[in-house]
Amino acid sequence: MTDTTPQETYGALQDKEPQKPPQSQWREVWLQFRKHKGAVFGGGFLLFITLAVIFGPYIWTIDAQKLDIRAKDMRPIYVALWDGDAKTSWGHPFGTDQLGRDILANMLEGGRVSMAVGWLAMILTMFIGTFVGVVAGYFKRLDGVLMRFTDLVLSLPILPITLVAVTLFRQPLVASFGPEGGMFILIVGIIGVTSWMQTARIVRGEVLALKEREFVLAARSIGTNSAAMITRHLLPNVVSPIMVSATLGLAAAIITESALSFLGVGFPSDFPTWGKLLADAVSRMEAFPERVMLPGIAISLTVLSVNYLGDGLRDALDPRIRGR
Amino acid sequence: MLTYTIRRLVLAVPTLLFISLAIFLLLELAPGDPMANQPLTIPEEVRQKMREALGLGQPWYIRYVKWLIQFFWIEPQVMVDHWFGTAFAEGKQRVLSWQTRSPVMDIVYQRIPQTLWVVGVAYVVAILIALPIGIYSAYRQYSAFDNAGTFISMIGFSIPPFFTGPLLIVIFAVQLEWLPSVYNTVHEVVDWPSFKIQLAQMALPVMVLALQITAQLNRFMRASTLDNLNQDYVRTARAKGLKERTVVLSHVVRNSMIPVVTVIALNVPNIFGGAIITEVIFKVNGIGQLLITWLFANDIPGVLTLTFIFAILIVIFNIIADVLYGLLDPRIRYD
Repeated sequence: MTDTTPQETYGALQDKEPQKPPQSQWREVWLQFRKHKGAVFGGGFLLFITLAVIFGPYIWTIDAQKLDIRAKDMRPIYVALWDGDAKTSWGHPFGTDQLGRDILANMLEGGRVSMAVGWLAMILTMFIGTFVGVVAGYFKRLDGVLMRFTDLVLSLPILPITLVAVTLFRQPLVASFGPEGGMFILIVGIIGVTSWMQTARIVRGEVLALKEREFVLAARSIGTNSAAMITRHLLPNVVSPIMVSATLGLAAAIITESALSFLGVGFPSDFPTWGKLLADAVSRMEAFPERVMLPGIAISLTVLSVNYLGDGLRDALDPRIRGR
Repeated sequence: MLTYTIRRLVLAVPTLLFISLAIFLLLELAPGDPMANQPLTIPEEVRQKMREALGLGQPWYIRYVKWLIQFFWIEPQVMVDHWFGTAFAEGKQRVLSWQTRSPVMDIVYQRIPQTLWVVGVAYVVAILIALPIGIYSAYRQYSAFDNAGTFISMIGFSIPPFFTGPLLIVIFAVQLEWLPSVYNTVHEVVDWPSFKIQLAQMALPVMVLALQITAQLNRFMRASTLDNLNQDYVRTARAKGLKERTVVLSHVVRNSMIPVVTVIALNVPNIFGGAIITEVIFKVNGIGQLLITWLFANDIPGVLTLTFIFAILIVIFNIIADVLYGLLDPRIRYD
């Protein structure tokens, strides 16, 4: 049969309508992000934990500091599944500690502090990193100085320095802002000051590449000044690498805060954080393993979900991977 | 290459000087009186004398220069004396710890072997596990093995050592009673049974450290192998009829190792830092645990010296990584 429709032969030459209407960049990013199952779970869990620690204490209204010595050393409710004699109660679903403080309330309260430190330290890190990166990339005269400085800070031993700074500067800050506020400012500040370097390097690289593009030349030719150039043309284009390193920063900040609390140089002892709860429980973990497990799992799951979120964001924001 | 190495080594000197100054000033700015734990009944003039005996009588820049001289000039002499039986450092003032009143470096020399044992074994174990897994995951990308590997290294990334440590203690020391949870620091290896005891007590800290390192290295090895598997030279090697085994093991792996080797070198100082937490959990008396002890005792000379040793490690391993990169990869030219 020779009289097949000629259209098929020339099909490749014909103009076709676009298969789908054009979409905004962020919609494309969202569509790609949704394909990464781990990232969606991670993002969802992070949102859940954040909302739980913000609103949880209003729903679970037992005071985390309330001592109830008669109800001390309660086991979590799930222990009753295999050990009918265990001391459990629905009034304390996660059990109580050796002073009768409710562990669920402590976990929520501790999560509040841990997450607040994580988010604030991450924002501070991103702010410093982006500032240094953009300035170094945009102003050629400052580039050498700022990048040498970044290299120097990178060769500081971060964990020892953090430990030293937290231990030695505890007194004056605690004296002026109170025991909790002072420690909070100190820990957020130190994490921010010691972890901005990677972000600065990434942002500088991006800015250096962007500066050579035509739209920057066009913007300069109509007389855009440096401030407008940075805020209107450069910053929106470096948002994606900043978002990816922000997730890494959040995970690192949560771990650092918990590590400091674990080593005993973090918040005061009656002020729960996840790391603190874990550290306090280690000495009696043979009898009450759940007191180590619960905060440990909370930290690990949060960090795991943040890492997966970062993984998914990296794929979704990379135009070379997107749409494949 | 040689000129590059020499240039880097020369440049390391100002870097180290800056870092030492930064650490010194940080400790100097910190409030806190070394005499604060002495009884209040001590009169002021005696207190002043005690302060001078600690070496606190002079302004900070003189103390800084003196510390530099002690650390970079007198301590090497002590080391030479120790090795060759000479007497260069006879009667010279060494860096003294405030807590023990003995030279800081003597204590550090006592503590370093334990840290090196634990950290070194953990690193070797991690490399031996991570590299084959990384290569195989890349070779069978998106297979069940690869997905499991990705998931496990994500977990290894995310679980902090201060959680894995107690977890492993509960499992292996408390429930199963296979391994000791506390590192016996006076244990000496003299024969086979005592060597086995040493292995058993090192097992838990090594596991904690190795899990983290494995997770990182495995990712790097996988990414690097994936990059190389799609290269033209791999197709050529297959086209000329080489066995798959030869293609992967001698062509792909050798090329993929180049960035991984530098990552291994770059990570060494991080591992020493990370060992601080592990040493505290398992009560290994290494330099990490020493740092914590001195920090709580407000022993400024000790903390200064030890933190600076960590900084030296970072700078040296950075140089090693860069030089190795140049040596291994002929495409990299520094000169």
